[in-house]
Amino acid sequence: MAAVEQKAYKPYLFLAPAILLFAVFGIIPFYLLLKTSLLDWDGISLAPRLIGAGNYFEVIFQDPSFWHSFMKAGYVTLLALTVQNLLALFLAIAVNRPLIGKGVYRTIFFLPPILSEIVVGLIWVWIYDGNFGILNQILSSIGLDALTRPWLADPRTALTAVSIVHMWKGFGWGFVIFLAGLQTIPEELYEAARVDGAGSWYRFWHITMPLLMPVLLLVSILTILGTMQIFAIIIVTTQGGPAGHTEVPVWQIFSSMMGNRRFGYACAQGIVFGMILLVVSLIQMRLQKQAG
Amino acid sequence: MREILARGTAALVIGLLVAGCGGSKQAQGPRPLRVWHWMTDREDAFNELARRYQSETGIEVRFELYAPSDLYEQKVRASAQTDGLPEVYGILGEMRGLASFVQAGHVRSLEDVMNSDNNAWRNTFFSKALAVNAFTPENPYGVVPGVYGVPIDVMSIQLFYNKKLLSKLGQDPNQPPQTWEEFLRVGQLAKEQGLIGFVSGWAELWLIDCFATNYAIHTMGLDKVQQTYDGQVPYTDPAWQNVFNLFAQMRDSGTLAEGIVTMVNKRAEQLFANEQAVFAFNGTWGVNVYDNMNPNLEYGIMLPPRIGDNSVVTWGGAGSSFFVNAKAPRQDEAITFLKWLTAEPQQKYLLETTHNIPSNRAAASELPDKLKAFADVIDAAIHPRLFSVQEDSKVIETFDKGIQSILIGESTGEQVAQLVAQAKQRETIRQAKSEQAEAAH
Repeated sequence: MAAVEQKAYKPYLFLAPAILLFAVFGIIPFYLLLKTSLLDWDGISLAPRLIGAGNYFEVIFQDPSFWHSFMKAGYVTLLALTVQNLLALFLAIAVNRPLIGKGVYRTIFFLPPILSEIVVGLIWVWIYDGNFGILNQILSSIGLDALTRPWLADPRTALTAVSIVHMWKGFGWGFVIFLAGLQTIPEELYEAARVDGAGSWYRFWHITMPLLMPVLLLVSILTILGTMQIFAIIIVTTQGGPAGHTEVPVWQIFSSMMGNRRFGYACAQGIVFGMILLVVSLIQMRLQKQAG
Repeated sequence: MREILARGTAALVIGLLVAGCGGSKQAQGPRPLRVWHWMTDREDAFNELARRYQSETGIEVRFELYAPSDLYEQKVRASAQTDGLPEVYGILGEMRGLASFVQAGHVRSLEDVMNSDNNAWRNTFFSKALAVNAFTPENPYGVVPGVYGVPIDVMSIQLFYNKKLLSKLGQDPNQPPQTWEEFLRVGQLAKEQGLIGFVSGWAELWLIDCFATNYAIHTMGLDKVQQTYDGQVPYTDPAWQNVFNLFAQMRDSGTLAEGIVTMVNKRAEQLFANEQAVFAFNGTWGVNVYDNMNPNLEYGIMLPPRIGDNSVVTWGGAGSSFFVNAKAPRQDEAITFLKWLTAEPQQKYLLETTHNIPSNRAAASELPDKLKAFADVIDAAIHPRLFSVQEDSKVIETFDKGIQSILIGESTGEQVAQLVAQAKQRETIRQAKSEQAEAAH
């Protein structure tokens, strides 16, 4: 009897460290986040006011700038999903072929993702500078003065300019994952198709793409989750400006917390944002299941 | 055997976690007094002073730099929540924020120390420098009146002008434009000659706010500004629209640097130091920054150009301040160190090395010409911490972003005035609801 009891608690004993770590770094912080989201609190005061769902009501119904920030992050995400991932796929396919110096290309393409976002942002600020930036100088030197502008301060170009920085920084991840996916496709399939007289376009659409679909979905999920949470590049390049044109959800949360000292409100924004990302991820996973 | 192994592993993991969460004990001697700050330009000078203090008293002081200032603020707030603040630290931001720190028991009152020896310590400082760290009996936050912070320098924010570039534009380098119209005209000339008229880090909203508040007070008077904060005067009042229109005039004249709305102050400082801009709106610290960046830069300092006959009143008075952690065990040692740090010899050393105006009046009696221009306006300067009514931070944000949208030609003064008025109304309602909820609980 005693032996049976001992066996019953043993699995829990082995699970205990993982549960403990998950509780300390997952459950407890989430509980605190949830609790704080019900308060009107500046982060320091000893007397926070309990306002129930007031913060959530304000986030959902009275804060249009928060929802506008989703549109801006959505725009960057759309560009990343299309331009960035197409570029990554194209380069992965190019490097997957017999090519002289392909190791060098792989290294070069993977360099931007390992650079600090702050460093990347500062380099691009210098490129985009409206007064003495290299991009404007190049445009002037080829007679395109009419196109010169302060790229990050012009409301018509700011968000796209930031998106380009983000895509330049991020395409390397997609490249590596696509390359790994391409290398799992058996070469025999291509050989058989070639024997049957299939052209390269046909082989791409009927062999590469179907077999790469799970990888494509994975890259899409990672792109959506990563891009919707874009922040560091914004803080370095535009600080959410000009006049809020590059304010994304994480910037809004940061601004509520640090700028307006509304910790409770920022927590409520964070939870709403997290829930939306969760729903998007679930939809993507469902699609992945269907495709797989 | 397996069971022993399992129990041993579990005990080890739990032991490691407990040990990891616990504090480490100092092996030998007392811990140094820690001072947290954000002032990158003063790091070397602070470290030298810490070395001198140790050689005089045997007490080790460690200055810990966390920059930039918004990161520093984050660190202080996070540490306050876990009671992890050092013995001495700075608190940035509004009076409301300082009040929260005091009420949460993170700041020691210095009133008794200031009063001792016939106000000896208090009398060493510029009165305005102390006032921004003090709560009056009428303060709306319910804080026990008294002085809570020790100022280490004083500052004001003015206009720097490049003498060489003014000459190049056919202007007298020693007679910079005094009126708003002259200022815009010089800015226009600069633009025509491929120069930048005016730079400032207007991606940083507080600098826009500073410029706008200066002109609001200049054109409508402090009382009306305060009445607006108090909700008695709407932002749609024509006087406020006149303030917004000043920014439209700067935009239309071509005076502003391209991309000023996303320019951080560090970049603006580079442009001025590299002789690419004629005017820069910056604080006293600019003297140190520009002298380090370009020792050959010839510049002067002036008040922002006036509208009408009166001079512009500018932001200033207090600079950086330190506070003593009321939860730290070595508060008296921290106060003794701050007394030493603000004494004349140390303040003179800071003046020589960092070109900031000392908070100690005796040390500030002989200032270099450039700093004298800043010091001369200190008495008449205004500081938002001294306003009897403080504006809500969300309203300030809407106000400053509205000005950005004027600068990029997206909104008119009237539209921005409407937006700010709406934000003010929303915040007033929210505040009232929050107070109701508190009363209900």
